[in-house]
Amino acid sequence: MTEFLQQLLNGISLGAIFALIALGYTMVYGVLRFINFAHSDVFMVGAYVGYYIGKLVPEHTIWGGLAALAGAMAVCAALGVVIERLAYRPLRGAPTLNVLITAIGVSLLLQNLGQFFFGATPRPFPELFPATTFVLHGIYVSSNQLVVIGVTLILLYALRFIVMGTKIGTAMRAVSQNPKAASLVGIDIDVVISFTFALGSAMAAAGGILYALNYPSIDPLMGVLPGLKAFVAAVLGGIGNIPGAALGGLLLGVVETFVNGSKDWSTYKDAIAFALLILVLLFRPAGLLGSFTKEKV
Amino acid sequence: MRLLPATCLAFLLALNLAAEDTIKLGEVASLTGKQASFGQTNHRGAVFAVEELNAAGGVLGHKLELVTEDTRSLQGEAATSVKKLITRDKVTAVLSETGSTAALEAAPLCQSAGVPMVSAVGTNPRITEAGSYIFRACFIDPFQGTVLAKFAANTLKVRRVGLLVSSGNAYSVGLAKYFRTDFSTAGGAIVAEQKYADGDKDFRAQLTAIKAAGPDAIFATGDYSESALICKQARELGLTVPIFGGDTWDSPALLEIGGKAVEGGYFSAHFSPESKDPAVQGFVQRFRQRWGTTPDTGTSLGYDAVMLVADALRRAGSTEGHKLRDALATTKDFAGVTGRITIDAQRNASKSAVIFTVKDGKFVYVESVAP
Repeated sequence: MTEFLQQLLNGISLGAIFALIALGYTMVYGVLRFINFAHSDVFMVGAYVGYYIGKLVPEHTIWGGLAALAGAMAVCAALGVVIERLAYRPLRGAPTLNVLITAIGVSLLLQNLGQFFFGATPRPFPELFPATTFVLHGIYVSSNQLVVIGVTLILLYALRFIVMGTKIGTAMRAVSQNPKAASLVGIDIDVVISFTFALGSAMAAAGGILYALNYPSIDPLMGVLPGLKAFVAAVLGGIGNIPGAALGGLLLGVVETFVNGSKDWSTYKDAIAFALLILVLLFRPAGLLGSFTKEKV
Repeated sequence: MRLLPATCLAFLLALNLAAEDTIKLGEVASLTGKQASFGQTNHRGAVFAVEELNAAGGVLGHKLELVTEDTRSLQGEAATSVKKLITRDKVTAVLSETGSTAALEAAPLCQSAGVPMVSAVGTNPRITEAGSYIFRACFIDPFQGTVLAKFAANTLKVRRVGLLVSSGNAYSVGLAKYFRTDFSTAGGAIVAEQKYADGDKDFRAQLTAIKAAGPDAIFATGDYSESALICKQARELGLTVPIFGGDTWDSPALLEIGGKAVEGGYFSAHFSPESKDPAVQGFVQRFRQRWGTTPDTGTSLGYDAVMLVADALRRAGSTEGHKLRDALATTKDFAGVTGRITIDAQRNASKSAVIFTVKDGKFVYVESVAP
């Protein structure tokens, strides 16, 4: 029983990070209907910004950790806006496939720039927040795991508030439903899209820092694997749907952890994750919480 | 602009002349990608060896030229690189400065082309089984597995060991295989064996399962980048038993990433910069002057691989493939910086291993184990 609960906790803290990255995929998809593959590399940049800020602020302090988190989110929000402005905006109106390929190109560019500037060697990530381990009835809980789950919940709530409760959020939803009609009623589409990228990239940066806190070794290719998993999570939950992304992330994290902890099946963990995705899509083609929209002719 | 073709021609001729004048050594290294940290240190050792040899006048009256190809740590790239080196660059010998997985791709190609290959750090036994032209400068996984099994049973005095294996990594799988056999023979038991994929960062699930099996020690067979995180997460999960690993642990990054969690860990290694051997001390000093850092295992093996080839070239008196091969095969008591190297009948380097422990953030020598 202790082992089961320990694995459940391991799974939830892993899933929370997947969820945070998945949010960025899902938001951009919701508004622009394309997968921003560079997202997982913005995640990597976020971790590196956190690494450099971490050298300036004292370790093991709450405010130092929050400063690194806020700084990385700000830098990556700006990076997201720049990427959109330079790489995606010139292609607006072009076939989705062109934008998709550009996104893969931006992703490779960021990975290789990362190797060039940061070096390929993994670096140790500083302990930004005060770190301790609690033992509850034989279950080991590290404070970093709690930080991950807490920050994810707060950001999830903040995101939901922005999208559902603010003027810019209403504009985002309007652009998502019909960009042309939205611009006819006076919404500046460029601003809305830039804002979406800023928000999504800030989430990626937060994800990068939380990931690095839990797995304190960062390298320029660190985004590839979690990015892929988060993409699967976003599709699993219903791409374009924010609670769906969170649910998909948690589900994937928990399933992966239990498969990893099993005796003979751990080699198949990715196969099982993707089999789960196929199974869900067979019965719910739009994902767990996604709603199926008919293609308008 | 009319001058341009002529200039080009002159330039090409000059290149060609320069090329004919040197002995080309092909080098396959993982300079970028996820194994870049290993590839780059190995490469630095090879570069340093070539620089030193050339400064001393070269080999057989020719300067050496290192032709380097990057595998980008991708599967299949090593094979492409070796083909390029053999057919386009017509290299005299190939140095494989990569892990076992890439060296296994390169070996059969060198064998069929009759170009001698020396694997600097590939410890998987199957590499040299590719044929009579394939050699290595390091010891092999069975030896390392045996050394660690002996060490666990006799020095650590543990009976129940949990294994963590990186299932896509030939090195990790090999180490685990030989450890399992020898440790069982020594009366120990493998109480849990968990697998992960190369590049994973979350090992809590596997460690939780191992913890439930109640081991006395854990053998983390993978690379340091994974093993450092394994140590950290094990300590966070309340696992306090000793954790030990193979020679890939031998990197300062293990200490930087692992911090307090790797204290009290053990690993087997090829080389100790703290060795009292004057040859090693001279090498460490010259290397520090040139690069500003202390050479690690990868660097020293990369260096020794080049020196083994240079030594064989001198004894062969020729750059012909079969003569060089015969000279490499008869290498005996060659004084490398990683120990006295004798090439055995299986074309593996027979030499001793050292065991290190981590103490106060430093690698401390524990004991030497002879083959």
